[in-house]
Amino acid sequence: MHPALPIALALATALAAGGRLLLWQQSRTQDTGSVFALLLGESRRAFAAQVFLKADAYFHRGFYPSVFDLALPDGKTHMAKETESHNPHEHTQPQHPNRDWIETFGRNFYPSEHRHIERLGEAREILPWLRLAAELDPHRVDPYTVAAYWLRERLNKVNEAEAFLREGLRANPDSYEILGELGRLYAENQRDVPRARAVQELAIAKWIRQEASKPSPDVLAYAQILGQLAALEESTGNLDRALAHFTRLKRVSPAPDTVQKRIDELQAKLGQPR
Amino acid sequence: MNTIWALAKVVVLEMVRRKDFYVLFILTVLLTATAGSVNLFNDRSIVRYLKEICLLLIWACGLVIAITCTARQIPAERESRTIFPLLAKPVTRGQFLLGKFFGCWLATGLALLLFYIFFGLVSASRDHEWPVLNYLQAAWLHWLMLGIVVAFTLLGSIVFAAPSSNGTICFVSAAGILVLGRHLNKVALSLAEPLQSLLYAFYFALPHLELFDARGLIIHGSELIRWDMIALATLYAAAYAAFFLFAAWLVFRRRPLN
Repeated sequence: MHPALPIALALATALAAGGRLLLWQQSRTQDTGSVFALLLGESRRAFAAQVFLKADAYFHRGFYPSVFDLALPDGKTHMAKETESHNPHEHTQPQHPNRDWIETFGRNFYPSEHRHIERLGEAREILPWLRLAAELDPHRVDPYTVAAYWLRERLNKVNEAEAFLREGLRANPDSYEILGELGRLYAENQRDVPRARAVQELAIAKWIRQEASKPSPDVLAYAQILGQLAALEESTGNLDRALAHFTRLKRVSPAPDTVQKRIDELQAKLGQPR
Repeated sequence: MNTIWALAKVVVLEMVRRKDFYVLFILTVLLTATAGSVNLFNDRSIVRYLKEICLLLIWACGLVIAITCTARQIPAERESRTIFPLLAKPVTRGQFLLGKFFGCWLATGLALLLFYIFFGLVSASRDHEWPVLNYLQAAWLHWLMLGIVVAFTLLGSIVFAAPSSNGTICFVSAAGILVLGRHLNKVALSLAEPLQSLLYAFYFALPHLELFDARGLIIHGSELIRWDMIALATLYAAAYAAFFLFAAWLVFRRRPLN
C-alpha cells in the first residue's frame, strides 16, 4: 500500500468530521456566541446562580451567609426582595452567636455586620455581578429585572435599564417578569402610557398562558403587574379599565382589603352604586 | 544574626533575578486592566468588582510566589551540592533554615509591596480615595499569612522528596484552608460523635490562614481593624510559623544531606 493512502484517508476523515461538527454547531443557534458558553458549556448556569448571590452579598456590603450557613427559606435574595417590594426588607433571620474563639476572633477580619449599601451611588457596585450572571445564563430572568430596577430607580440610568431589559427579552421572549419591568419603566420613567399599557397587557397575557394553570402560580408577579396597570389606567383617567384591573387584583392580592378601598374610591369617582 | 541575614539576602537576590515574579505581576496587571476595560452600563465609577478581581489575583500570585520560592530552596541547594560547603562553614542547620525562611518571607513581602501599590493605584483611579492604613493592615495580614505558608512549605521541602510534590501539597492545603477553614466547625457540629470531636480538634489545630484575609473589608470600604486584633493576629501567625520552623529543624537536624 502506498504510504500516502492512509494519510489521505485520515485527512479526508478529519475534514468530514470537522465539517459535520461545524454544521452541528451552527444548528445550535442559542448561546453559542457567548465566550462563557464556549468555555464553560452548560455548567455556566451553576456559576450564574453563584454570581447572582455575589451581587446580593455586595448589596449587604460583603456580609452574606455561606453555603454552610442558613439558606434563605424562600430561596429569594434580599436584593430581589427589595426590588419586588420597593421597601427595605426586614430581617427575621437571626444571626448565629459565635461558636468558638476562632469564630469570634475571625469576625474582626471580614464583614460581619448586617449592613446595606447606603449611599445613593453605591448601588452601582452590584451591577457588574448582575451583568455577569446574565452573561453566564441569559435565560435566567432575575438579573435583568433586578439590574433594571437599580439602574432606573437609584442611578437614573433609564436608557441603560431599557437596553438591558430588551437584551433580556431577546433571550427570554416569553418572560412576563421582564415585560412587567419594562412596562414599569415606560410608565414611571418615560411616561409613555400607550407603550407601557401595551407591554403590561402583554405581560399579563404571558402570565396567564404560563402560570394560570399551574398548581402554585407566581401570583406575586401577577399582582404587581396588575397593580401597575391599574394605577396607570387610573392616572390616565380610564377609570373603567382601572376598576377592572383592581377587581382582578383583589382576587390574588395578599391585602385584598386595601385593594377594596381603591375599588370603592374608583366606584365613587365613577358614580356607580356599590 | 549576620549569618541568617546573609543567607536571607541571597534568597531575596535570587528571587529578584528569577522571572517568576515579573510574569505573575504582568499577568495581574493585564487581567486587572482587561476587567477594568469592560463597559458596564456606561458607568466608569464602578470599582468594587475590580478591587475584588485584583485582590484575588494578588492572593493567588502571593501563594504561588511564596510556595514555589520556598519549595525549591533546600532541594536546589542539595542538587547543586552547595549545601555541603555552606554547612561546612560555621553555619548551623537552624541558622540555615532561619536564613531560608526569612529570605523567602522577605522576598514575598517585597512582591506583596509592589502588588499592593498597584492595587492602591487601581483603586484610587476610580475611587479617588486613599485609605492607606486599611491597605497597610490588609497587606500586613496577608504577609503574616504567607509567613505561615513559607514555614509550612520549608517543612514540606524537608519531608517530601521533590519540590513539585511539596509545592502541590502546600498549595492544595493552603487553598483548602482558605476556602473551608472558616466553616469546618459548622460541618463538625452537623456530624455524629466521635467524628464531631475529631473534626473539631482538627479545626482548632489547623493554622487558620483565612483569619488573615481582610479583602472583604477593603473591598467594601469598612472601618479599620482594631489594632489589638492585628497584634493578636501577628502573635497567632508567629506562633504557627515558629511551630513549623521548629518541626522543620527537628526533622532536618539529623537528616543526611545526600
